Amino acid sequence: MSPTNYLLLSGLLFTVGAIGVLVRRNAIVVFMCIELMLNAVNLSLVTFARMNGQLDGQVMAFFVMVVAAAEVVVGLAIIMSIFRTRRSSSVDDANLLKY
Amino acid sequence: MNTAVMNTAVMNTAPDTGGNVMLLVLLLLPVLGALLMYPLRTNVPLAKAVAMATALLEFVLVVVTWVGYSTDAASSGERFQYVFSVPWIPAFGTHLAFGIDGIALVMIALTAFLVPGLMLFAWAEKLPEGRTASGYFALLLATQATLMGVFTATDVFLFYVFFEAMLIPMYFLIGRFGGPNRQYASVKFFLYSLLGGLIMLASLIGLYVTSADQLGAGTFTWSDLQSIAQSTPTSTQIWLFLGFFVAFAIKAPLVPFHTWLPDAGAEAPIVAAVLLVGVLDKVGTFGFLRYCLPLFPQASQVLAPLVLVLAVIGIIYGALLAVGQKDMSRFVAYTSIAHFGFIALGTFAFSSQAFAGATLYMVNHGLSTGMLFVMVGLLVARGGSRLMSDYGGVSKLAPLLAGCLLLAGMSSLALPGTNSFVSEFLVLVGSFPREPVATIIATVGIIFAALYILWFYQQTMQGPVRGNAVIRALEAGGVGGPGAMIDPAVAAERGSGFPDLTKREIGVLAPLIVVIVVLGFFPGPVLDVINPSVQSTITEVGLPDPVPAGGVVGGVR
Amino acid sequence: MTAPPEVLPATGAGSLAWLLFAIPAVSALVLFLAGKRANAWGHVLGVASVLASFVLGVVIFVQTLGVAPDQRTTELSLYSWISSGTLDVDFGLRIDPLSLTFVLLITGVGSLIHIYSVGYMAPHAGAEPSSDSSRRRFFAQLNLFVAAMLVLVLGNNFVLLYLGWEGVGLASYLLIGFYQDRPSAATAAKKAFLMNRVGDVGLALAIFVLWLNLGTLQYTEVFARVGELSGGTILAITLLLLLGACGKSGQFPLQSWLPDAMEGPTPVSALIHAATMVTAGVYLIARTNPIYDLTPTGRVVVALIGVVTLLIGAVIGCAYDDIKKVLAYSTVSQIGYMILAVGLGPAGYALGIFHLLTHGFFKAGLFLGAGSVMHAMNDDVNMRNFGGLGRRMPITFVTFGCGYLALIGFPFLSGYFSKDAIIEAAFGQEGWQGWVYGLAATLAAGLTAFYMTRLMIMTFFGEERWRNLKAPDGEDYHPHESPPVMTGPMIVLAIGSVFAGFVLSAVGLNQWLAPSLGELQESPAGVLPHALVPWLVLACSALGVLVAYLVVGRRPTPVQRPEPVSFPVRAARRDLYANAFNETVIERPGIWLTRALVFLDNRGVDGLVNGLAAGLGGGSARLRRLQTGFVRSYALSMLGGSVFVVAALLAVRFA
Repeated sequence: MSPTNYLLLSGLLFTVGAIGVLVRRNAIVVFMCIELMLNAVNLSLVTFARMNGQLDGQVMAFFVMVVAAAEVVVGLAIIMSIFRTRRSSSVDDANLLKY
Repeated sequence: MNTAVMNTAVMNTAPDTGGNVMLLVLLLLPVLGALLMYPLRTNVPLAKAVAMATALLEFVLVVVTWVGYSTDAASSGERFQYVFSVPWIPAFGTHLAFGIDGIALVMIALTAFLVPGLMLFAWAEKLPEGRTASGYFALLLATQATLMGVFTATDVFLFYVFFEAMLIPMYFLIGRFGGPNRQYASVKFFLYSLLGGLIMLASLIGLYVTSADQLGAGTFTWSDLQSIAQSTPTSTQIWLFLGFFVAFAIKAPLVPFHTWLPDAGAEAPIVAAVLLVGVLDKVGTFGFLRYCLPLFPQASQVLAPLVLVLAVIGIIYGALLAVGQKDMSRFVAYTSIAHFGFIALGTFAFSSQAFAGATLYMVNHGLSTGMLFVMVGLLVARGGSRLMSDYGGVSKLAPLLAGCLLLAGMSSLALPGTNSFVSEFLVLVGSFPREPVATIIATVGIIFAALYILWFYQQTMQGPVRGNAVIRALEAGGVGGPGAMIDPAVAAERGSGFPDLTKREIGVLAPLIVVIVVLGFFPGPVLDVINPSVQSTITEVGLPDPVPAGGVVGGVR
Repeated sequence: MTAPPEVLPATGAGSLAWLLFAIPAVSALVLFLAGKRANAWGHVLGVASVLASFVLGVVIFVQTLGVAPDQRTTELSLYSWISSGTLDVDFGLRIDPLSLTFVLLITGVGSLIHIYSVGYMAPHAGAEPSSDSSRRRFFAQLNLFVAAMLVLVLGNNFVLLYLGWEGVGLASYLLIGFYQDRPSAATAAKKAFLMNRVGDVGLALAIFVLWLNLGTLQYTEVFARVGELSGGTILAITLLLLLGACGKSGQFPLQSWLPDAMEGPTPVSALIHAATMVTAGVYLIARTNPIYDLTPTGRVVVALIGVVTLLIGAVIGCAYDDIKKVLAYSTVSQIGYMILAVGLGPAGYALGIFHLLTHGFFKAGLFLGAGSVMHAMNDDVNMRNFGGLGRRMPITFVTFGCGYLALIGFPFLSGYFSKDAIIEAAFGQEGWQGWVYGLAATLAAGLTAFYMTRLMIMTFFGEERWRNLKAPDGEDYHPHESPPVMTGPMIVLAIGSVFAGFVLSAVGLNQWLAPSLGELQESPAGVLPHALVPWLVLACSALGVLVAYLVVGRRPTPVQRPEPVSFPVRAARRDLYANAFNETVIERPGIWLTRALVFLDNRGVDGLVNGLAAGLGGGSARLRRLQTGFVRSYALSMLGGSVFVVAALLAVRFA
């Protein structure tokens, strides 16, 4: 199967994730969309590694996974604490940090 | 000739293994003193004593440095003495390199001379709410340290670092210890100077790139950069020159860039104002002499008319504005703008007399304006107001104070017999051969100098006793306005609300007076130190001294 | 032109010449620094220091007399003062007949006036203690003046001359403003300093031109080589020097500070503003005679300035009622004579110095006499309040009378010898110059006789108008003779006024000055025979005296100043509108310019800076509105940015 299809899938997943981030208000959903984008990138990294016959991309994908895992831990903790204080998980409600 | 100069310049490049640590000591001693202020912050008397001891020790060390400085070696082409150099950031070719020529030597001597006196002045000063004397003295010492660094650095990058670092303690001195409008003044001072510094940084990087092109490896070492100065294309030089020039013109300040000075000078506490106008601003004119002229000789010559126009405008404009001022500190600041015009005129007139005069002017202006600021401070300490109209007829109440003010004023208007005359004469006589028109206008400026000084003196000192601050002080039998700082005990002891000078104040003024008069009649020792370095600068610029038409050498003997 | 005399190093007493100014300078320093402690003995030190200088001056003078005339010019180099590059200014002294003449005048008349001041400045009985300090301060400043004036005349180069030049300016400033709490004194002092500085600019520029062209500033070398310069340069130098002389000597157009300078104590008027400092301009031109020799045009300008000034001074002197101001305008006029004399060139240099010396005696004597009158009349200066004082103060009357006769050129008194010689030399010029100079000088001699006679009559003769008046301080007048410490110097000066002219011309002042000024050339026949001139001048002066007697002496003087008066009197009372001119043309526009510039600086230059800052601040305030706090809009902008970057990269790649 042509690697192009993987890349197309990756792009599709990324677009879905990006649109999700932009249109959804629920913090958990936004968060999952971000994960989706990260994994879309991972997919393209692995694909490129395969295409170029090098392991760099695959290694990079592992890095991304590790960082993503760490990020999930921190991010979910933040979302939890916001939810506890404001009784809401909408990202538009947490808009105090502005001009 | 150029190759010979280049060779010596290259050979003079400091070894990278250290060298004479004297200048390092001069730099680090005030830093140490400033740091000591922190643990001593609860014990104010001890803190003051330690600060004073540090300043005095620094002064002694500078005297030792002066004694050890060899004018013979300087005459025979040794550009810097007390050289010290170790690599700093090898990737950028920067060094922690120090060294002094005669010009730098007199500037560090001026700094070290002024600081102990200023500390004595600040000894009993009433500080704003919540500020401690130890913090005040620490900032003074920190300012002194950065000044020592900026004058002794022989690596252009290091110079830049000190040039910017200077702003920090001065910013806090003005912003924390200044007058009512101190926030505005300190921010304006900081931003204005920083802007100039950043433009200089751009030029600095350009200079580095140029040196990399010509020498193969980029360098920030002054003597290496100087050795390629003559071979750098004039168009490049002009851009690089302008970057440095803007920074120095803001610092000095020359006329369109001057408006920060009256604000900063007026709002700064007196000691900071003396250091600011007396020494810190001289970094601008020092920069002209040390960096602009030798590193960009062709550009300096091409752009000299521009600078001369600014200088001459400054002389007249500053003087006229000084006449129109109502605030005494702003008045002194504007007189300084006129004086900086003279220094700039001498610097861009390219003759050894003018260069020597400009250098000596830097020292003398520090002394005379310093004394003028101190006198203003003494008046404000009694009356609590900076407005001229709040004072009048003071000579009747405090004749000694009035006499000292007059002497400071006479030095400021360059009366022969005071220090400033020698420098002003040298600047004018040296500028006349090359720039007759500018010199004539500048000479007319001496009338205005007399005008503003005498007008100031007449308003505040002569005539019948009058003015809100004076009357209030006399009626209260204690001290004057809300900002008055004179010790009520002193006032009571003298039986007057407007007492004459105290012993401590005389102690502050006496050294200044002695130096002002002695340098007026015996400028020789200072000129001897300056002259060889001035000759080197002349050589680096590459313009011959404008020999008088008769071609007579020597003469009045 | 004769070859300049050889310059020898000073020997013997000459090598101590630096003490001449060092002694008064140290004395001034001690008096300034010692403070109240010196109140008791300050005046003694002040007098002693000037006397010591005088004695030393006499010793050097005698020693110089003992050598041949061509060896009388000596120099003494003390140390290198200002040295840079090829410029090397020595602190060096030139001891020659000209400077020694001035040294003797300054220290001699100076000593007498110091002694007089002991009495004049003595604290009033029961005065507050601070007035004690004032006498010490006065002597300190007077000593400072003597020191500076001696530096001025002794320096062997133009820079040292400039040091003395501005030094006497400072002393003059301090002493005019001595009564500091009087606003008028403070203003007069400032005015004097400023107008002097205008002249100083000329002197400074002359120095620069000399340096540019000759590369030296020492008299000997300048004079030796000044001939190499082009005529235009020489003319420029002489005119610039003349500007300096005009400022210091109160010559047109810078004359208006001198009458105002009478705000100072009277001994100051006598010493500084009559006998010595104001003659420095004459000294300058006489000293630089080798330069003036080369430029007839320059000399014509000098002489014309002198002519204009001597007329202005004489005309205004006729209108004032203030005794010191009349004497002041008389001084302006007499210095005009001296300037005219030195403007005549080799035929006049020595005559100018001659008149300067005799004038030093009689004008100092007149001022001291005026001071004595003021002392007696509660410090009043208005002559309309005087009258009949001759009987009350006989010594003052007689000494003043000697000075008066000497000034109007009474035969065989001092002024007769010196002023007539100048007028003779003036008529000795060819063509229009001879007529203009000569007639103006003769006319002014008549006017001098008029205003001085008027002064004498109003002060010493006539009815005792003061009997029915109160002094300005509210007391009755009690005229009385002054103490001996004041009359003594007046007597000495009166003797000088009578005999100085005769003695000086008998012992050959002109030959004595020849090594410095060149031989005095006999003036050519000119437009009027020399034998006729004395008679003409005498007639003119007699006419002046007669008119004054008819106008003032024969009818009672009104105590109130008569108004209205004819235009010439009105103009003269207003100083021929010199002050009005200065005020309208310089002062008012200057004030407006200053105000406009202050406004421009605060609003324009600083406004630009602050405007820039405000603009940045305002822009930022708008931009921060983009920071909405909505995470998703940030994400959208990030996405947009990324898309833009990628698009740009692709466009560059594939375009």
